[in-house]
Amino acid sequence: MSGQLKITQLNEDLLLNCMRCGYCLQSCPTYRQRQIETHSPRGRVALMRAVQEGKLELMDIAGALDYCVGCQVCETVCPAGVEYGNLLFEAKAELEKIRPHPWIVRFMYTHVLGTPGGIKLAGFGLWFYQRSGLRWLARTLNMVKLIGGQGLADMEMSMPEAVSPSVRKERKAVTPAEGPKKLKVAFFTGCISDVAFFETNQNAVEVLAAAGCEVHIPTGQGCCGAVHSHTGDMEQARVQARRNIAAFESGGYDYIVNVAGGCGAELRHYDKLLKDEPGWYERAVKFSRACRDFSELLATLEPLPMGELDETITYQDSCHLRNVQKVSAQPRKLLKAIPKAKYVELPEADQCCGSGGTYSVAQPGSSDKMLTRKMMHVQGTGATTVVVTNPGCHLEMIEGVQRAGLEQKIKVRHIADVLADALRRGRKK
Amino acid sequence: MLKPEIIRELKAIVGADWCLDSPADLMAYSYDATPLYQNPPDAVVVPAGRDEIAAILKVAYQHRIPIVPRGAGSNLSAGTVPTSGGIVVAMNRMDTLREIDQENMTCTFEPGLIAAKLHAAVEGQGLFYPPDPGSLTVATMGGTVAECAGGLRGLKYGVTKDYIIGIEAVLADGRVLNVGGKNAKDVAGYDLVKLFVGSEGTLALITQATAKLLPLPETKRTMLALYKDLTGAARSVSRIIANRIIPATLEFLDNPTIRVVEDFAKIGLPVDAGALLLIQQDGPESICERDINRIAAICKEEGAFEVKRAEDPAQEAALMSARRSALSALARKKPTTILEDATVPRKHLAEMVDQINRIAAKHGVTICTFGHAGDGNLHPTCMTDERDHEEIERVELAFDEIYEATLRLGGTITGEHGVGESKAPYLEWRVGPTGIEIMKGIKSAFDPQHILNPGKMFARETRRRVVVRG
Repeated sequence: MSGQLKITQLNEDLLLNCMRCGYCLQSCPTYRQRQIETHSPRGRVALMRAVQEGKLELMDIAGALDYCVGCQVCETVCPAGVEYGNLLFEAKAELEKIRPHPWIVRFMYTHVLGTPGGIKLAGFGLWFYQRSGLRWLARTLNMVKLIGGQGLADMEMSMPEAVSPSVRKERKAVTPAEGPKKLKVAFFTGCISDVAFFETNQNAVEVLAAAGCEVHIPTGQGCCGAVHSHTGDMEQARVQARRNIAAFESGGYDYIVNVAGGCGAELRHYDKLLKDEPGWYERAVKFSRACRDFSELLATLEPLPMGELDETITYQDSCHLRNVQKVSAQPRKLLKAIPKAKYVELPEADQCCGSGGTYSVAQPGSSDKMLTRKMMHVQGTGATTVVVTNPGCHLEMIEGVQRAGLEQKIKVRHIADVLADALRRGRKK
Repeated sequence: MLKPEIIRELKAIVGADWCLDSPADLMAYSYDATPLYQNPPDAVVVPAGRDEIAAILKVAYQHRIPIVPRGAGSNLSAGTVPTSGGIVVAMNRMDTLREIDQENMTCTFEPGLIAAKLHAAVEGQGLFYPPDPGSLTVATMGGTVAECAGGLRGLKYGVTKDYIIGIEAVLADGRVLNVGGKNAKDVAGYDLVKLFVGSEGTLALITQATAKLLPLPETKRTMLALYKDLTGAARSVSRIIANRIIPATLEFLDNPTIRVVEDFAKIGLPVDAGALLLIQQDGPESICERDINRIAAICKEEGAFEVKRAEDPAQEAALMSARRSALSALARKKPTTILEDATVPRKHLAEMVDQINRIAAKHGVTICTFGHAGDGNLHPTCMTDERDHEEIERVELAFDEIYEATLRLGGTITGEHGVGESKAPYLEWRVGPTGIEIMKGIKSAFDPQHILNPGKMFARETRRRVVVRG
């Protein structure tokens, strides 16, 4: 294996689009941290191009590619419109061929997160782990760190309490709209979201129903495939895409709604993912066009009858919600509308918190630095609630709050949880 | 390739983390923002301060190793491409704003400081540093000093050399030289401060600079004028200045640029407009108001078919977007964007743009022109594809003729991007053989072994002048 990226594998026009102006440098969290061109978007594009042109071997640039958090904030400042994310994921796919992830990781991605049954099992597994005494044992023996390193250990610590299998079973397939039905929407539950943040999904459904949506949770849906495409397993990503398209296309839904910035970005990307598959491509286009982020859809509907929430609220953008889905004003608008809540803008809210999907586990050192800076800004706002819009950010921000010893002062909540809370307060009156 | 003992010496100076020599790291420092130029260095060092730079230069001097200073690498004349290999000295860690001196109205900074951060810091204290190159958000102050950066406010406020009054630099052999300071007046000897500004890393490595500041203007007013043809726009520029009005910004887009911008940004520009002027005035409110009214009247008299005034910051941003979108729009049109920098005395603006369009048509290449009308500083931008070698040759011929035409009008080959390596073959066209000889003498006085940014400013060979029958 020569380790060369071939022209057919990496889009040459996309590479050439970078005119090397450098406007991306200061936007990039890893460049800001390291101040070395190798860890800048322009640098990484140049390295991919050097491999393409045969000047470097793919393995020469593996470290640089691994260090990128994949937030795609560089795309928002690029005058030339370089599709950095697409280049990165294509290069990672090539890298996976010559340097695959360990079998246990691939097994997790393919058979656990990658199948609807596996996700259910993981939900049960997490609950069992937390309740059975296994967690006590693992923490006592420091086993998580021994197996998966500090990054995984930190993630384990920030994992919220999972709901019991009986609660999961009670979930309704259809939740009727409150009042006149305005829209028929399908809800995408996700994998990590549904395992770790089941209640957030339920809250989102409740809020959508209150806003006049009849909410369906189609069976047969699974993981969005982001974890696969971001780690270079394009085939598995396409398996997920086909499964989800099939699960959602027959219901006659106005929109397909999700509450995870990273998942939403992937769902909206299915048309590109399946562009070379006749038959599937047209279905993928329809699917991707119907996808909406929860806050994006909600911001277009009638204001909710919310009660007072006596909190100082700040908002951390989900990178893939902001940079890929281009949704940033809507969550802020919704939060500012909560009675009595004081909204404070978070400085550098557009900078990654350090989660980056699996980045916090794969690159704990770099991820930690991003989180430390993030927490400095969070504390500066005086916020009592940090609002997030993606499960990865949710876990990461919980970890940041825990590490700063601020669990008593700062809550980390998904926007759906905050809005559901305000809604219930409105109803009590 | 550097000998292992030299790498060891460099690592001992800056620390192992800040001396890079992996294939990926070297590739990442093999380019700047200039298309078609690339070559990896032999090592990259990222020093923490002046003393480390002095030590690095002593090593380089002893072994005659080329030294290429680098900031953000946003240079547009290949000035920071290590085409002769050697050591890239990246200034990015040296980014401290050392002082804002309110009483003397000066600021002192290290070379790696990002220009936009300096602007924000001084403006936060009611002060103003006018030079604002397009790359403001990423360019380092050291780079803007070494290149004598201009920007959108040159007409009223001048360029970098009009503000830098003190420099600390490390010479090729590692000695430290301090020139200038905070004095408003200083004629003690040759003006080495001004010599260093725009010296493009060929004379010394700037490790600290002091700039004078102005009071921050109270307010600003912005307007946009659209013309059927170029001549009306050019006449407006001349008449505005003849009326003794000096706007802060007087930017211009030609018809091909307007078409590309509208196609990309859909901001409602009429694609049949021959030219567009974007005008901004700053200062006390009453004066801004008066000037903008007079300018609007002049533009209408000279045939502007539409004059739009910004009533609030949102509208101002909308008007500015026409100019700001230019680069994005052009960059997205074709894979390779070659941004040039021909500059003529301002009264020849219309003639120069006509010449550019004629030359582009003659060679069958696509050139869109926009730029700083008030400074006669044009950015003819060629959209091409570097994989098409035949077209690239025609592009080069077209630019040869553009430079020739510029010089015939009393202009210059570069207004603000610098000579670097890409313009070096043309420098003699501009300054003549005597000019080259004197400049080379200056170079040798500072850098006898020619280790500082070799191949920049002075070409190995001057390009043959094209014969243009006008």
